[in-house]
Amino acid sequence: MELNVIKHSVVSPHRPVVDEADRRLLAAIQHGLPLSSRPYAEIGARLGLSEQQVIARLQWLKEAGVIRRFGVVVRHHELGYASNAMVVWDVPDEQASELGRCLAGFDFITLCYRRPRRLPQWRFNLYCMIHGKSREEVMAHLEWMVNHCDLQTLPHAVLFSRRRFKQRGAVYALGER
Amino acid sequence: MDAIDRAIINNLQGGFPLSERPYAEAAASLGLDEDELIRRLEILLAQGTLTRFGPLYHAERLGGALTLAAMKPPPDDFERVARIVNGFPEVAHNYAREHEFNMWFVLATEWPERIGEVISEIEKATGYAVYNMPKLEEFFVGLRFEA
Repeated sequence: MELNVIKHSVVSPHRPVVDEADRRLLAAIQHGLPLSSRPYAEIGARLGLSEQQVIARLQWLKEAGVIRRFGVVVRHHELGYASNAMVVWDVPDEQASELGRCLAGFDFITLCYRRPRRLPQWRFNLYCMIHGKSREEVMAHLEWMVNHCDLQTLPHAVLFSRRRFKQRGAVYALGER
Repeated sequence: MDAIDRAIINNLQGGFPLSERPYAEAAASLGLDEDELIRRLEILLAQGTLTRFGPLYHAERLGGALTLAAMKPPPDDFERVARIVNGFPEVAHNYAREHEFNMWFVLATEWPERIGEVISEIEKATGYAVYNMPKLEEFFVGLRFEA
């Protein structure tokens, strides 16, 4: 049984699907899975669940999309990805889904979202994040994308990061409700 | 970091087995044994190459909320605004970017209603507008980083 990435989703209204037992389980692994031979059994022992119950519940939480993915979480700067740019596009709303799927297909794109415009200050509605080892690499990726997805005529802006102030990731107050 | 570490990072970003011996199963697909995979993950974590080995959650489906927000303070007031914004515990990360909209941060809150409250509090504390840019649609990407 492999945990696979869901390919596409339209954001639905807030709809919590987890119960108290799920929250305890998610809290128990939020900082990492035990590095031991039977990690799900170890988690289960802490929570009073069997190994099979833990596995079945995690599988369900993955299918429900509560767990987006499961595996190594890398610190990209430490891997030499020093440069990142948020590239934003002003695309016709009716083309946004198709173009978003096209952009998301590149392996150098790490995030891709449609977001609202804030007119008149902000006209852009499609966002993607490109990571690269240098600015030149990021710009070469961008040129490749523009050609491949036929974006030549669409206005865009490239927002390179100058500085990262804070990267703690989201911390959830699980099990405290 | 050697070729085996790179193979581990490249192959274990998207999927990890849900089975009784997940490390053994993942190790086999990499041509390693279980102990070797666990030992290397321990080292990669201790070195800080990996922040953790585990899940990434979907905030909205946990009942919480996430959004991206942007501001455009004048450059000579940027540092003051950054200190105020970074002081909010709901700010998960914050980047200075090259644009008139020069500050971009992610808000993560335990309750959806809290997003609007935090935005108002930041506007009040800094004196500048905060532009909320919530996601409307997400396009999923595959592998994240090649080591």
